[in-house]
Amino acid sequence: MTTGKLPPLEFELPLANLNTQIEALERQLPNNPALEQEIFELHKQYDNLKRSIYGNLRAIDRLAIARHPQRPYTRDYLDRFDPDWIELHGDRHGVDDPAMVCGLLKLGDYRVLIVGTQKGRNIREKQLCNFGMPQPEGYRKALRCFKHAEKFNLPIVTLIDTPGAYPGMTAEEHNQAQAIAYNLFELANLKVPIISVILGEGGSGGALAIGLTNTILMLENSVYSVISPEGCASILWRQPTKVQEACESMKITAQENKDLGIIDDIIEEPLGGAHHNWNLIAKTTQNYIIKHLDKLNLENDIVEHRTRKFRKIGCFKD
Amino acid sequence: MDLKDWFANRKKNNETAQAKQILSTEEYCALWISCFQCRELLYTRDLRQNLQVCPKCHYHFRIGALDRIEHLSDANSFCETEANLISSDPLKFFDTLSYEDRLKEANQKSGLKEAIITGTCTIQGRPTCLAAMDFGYFGGSMGSVVGEKITRIIELALEQRLPLIIISSSGGARMQEGILSLMQLAKTSAALKKLHDSAILYISVLTEPTFGGVTASFAMLGDIIIAEPGARIGFAGRRVIEQTIRQKLPADFQTAEYLLKHGQIDMVIERAKLPQTIANLIDLHSLDCHQPKPKAIAKTPLKTH
Repeated sequence: MTTGKLPPLEFELPLANLNTQIEALERQLPNNPALEQEIFELHKQYDNLKRSIYGNLRAIDRLAIARHPQRPYTRDYLDRFDPDWIELHGDRHGVDDPAMVCGLLKLGDYRVLIVGTQKGRNIREKQLCNFGMPQPEGYRKALRCFKHAEKFNLPIVTLIDTPGAYPGMTAEEHNQAQAIAYNLFELANLKVPIISVILGEGGSGGALAIGLTNTILMLENSVYSVISPEGCASILWRQPTKVQEACESMKITAQENKDLGIIDDIIEEPLGGAHHNWNLIAKTTQNYIIKHLDKLNLENDIVEHRTRKFRKIGCFKD
Repeated sequence: MDLKDWFANRKKNNETAQAKQILSTEEYCALWISCFQCRELLYTRDLRQNLQVCPKCHYHFRIGALDRIEHLSDANSFCETEANLISSDPLKFFDTLSYEDRLKEANQKSGLKEAIITGTCTIQGRPTCLAAMDFGYFGGSMGSVVGEKITRIIELALEQRLPLIIISSSGGARMQEGILSLMQLAKTSAALKKLHDSAILYISVLTEPTFGGVTASFAMLGDIIIAEPGARIGFAGRRVIEQTIRQKLPADFQTAEYLLKHGQIDMVIERAKLPQTIANLIDLHSLDCHQPKPKAIAKTPLKTH
């Protein structure tokens, strides 16, 4: 789906203003053909501006794109990967958390299990999915499906787009921390290849709980961080307005995560962000996943490959 | 120097010397402390002898890693490992102060090099691997060093087949090391999985306070999970939850007793009984002590009519 007219993000305002100017002149064009040259010049200016704005995105701009209300979510990808995908529900202990979507499908030549967090498009969906923040039961549902995939030797792909695990009263009573910890514990030892893709927000433990994988990919404008920039700003600066500083300091963008050796590859988005062309980004993402599954197939010991990857992470003086 | 000035200086020096003999207000305050819970005025030396537990209301004060080790391990048995592992500043992090300055500050305040001390010791004669976190250093937060030291002590326990005890006290992952801190959750949990598969006992002790990334990894993965009375333990902080659900939480929310009621931990044990409890648990899980062999059942021929 190519979304129609979208309200511009803050850093896109100069572009939007120029666009309205061009449109106004174009409306006058039939009456005043002399404007043609001016419009041509403005178009050139527009292209230059577009290139310079999207070529120099700050971390906070990418955060805005990652949270864009029209950004494709897990279900949008699943529908495009395989329209016949089959959803699996429930944690088998009394709850089905809609914020965690699990499904079996064909991805190219591979049969895979995909598990991903879901944000919800309209108000009702958003409330049901807690704005993409899974409950402990969501993580336990994911784990049940991971075990299912291991049993039938299916590679696993996890799609991550969450501000974090849900911070609520029942979530604590049902042991949110243990649900995350136990997923990490079990993911470390699953006998099948696992790939994760950060689609939008990779928020802290809530993201990592399905992100301890052999290969980690990030979309170009997605972010991955230990705490939300807002949370970091209010704790360290004691000013919630210092979000931009927090974004810069924490190194949350795909490129920075790659430089730190955390992630393996970056998936390029259409100019301006994934929301401009859902079909294209789904196709590109699928190609990347298949490419990396092919690579993982060459590994002899997939568990060792995964634990070695995480064992190495850390920066200290010995 | 003018002679008049010299006399004036001598007088001033005398005055300050006299003032030094009398205890300052801070020094008086250091002798006495008011219990955070029952407000009872306690003599700090008595409190120390009582393992920092209020004799009146049994409030458990926070204690540092060194005190914790001294209390748990047998005298002179503790052997520190990885003592020289220290933080670097991979992100060149800067908020209102730089991370390097904050590290120095934490070091001066607590006298420690990091928020955790690891090593081997005996607990009532039983050899163990022990790790104790210290909330006084950087809020006990977990960065690369804490993650690495935990992982190495797990690997040591695995190699030497010793039971592992980790005493947690932490505000969560260390923001100043960004995503690297988050990955320590994965690293420690993956190491614990190997320990688990080798059937080596891991006892996790949760103390005031244990939150965030630490509960969401090794702290909640104990074979046995013990908490100290009144300790606050959880994933998200109380304020964050109240802001999210827009309602007040019960007063005992996220306390050790609340967690026990909700099936999240095995037991709440007061500080004085902790060494004995751990020793008993080690005995009950010891692989050296074989279970009695099942008694041979006398074979009775099948009766056929």
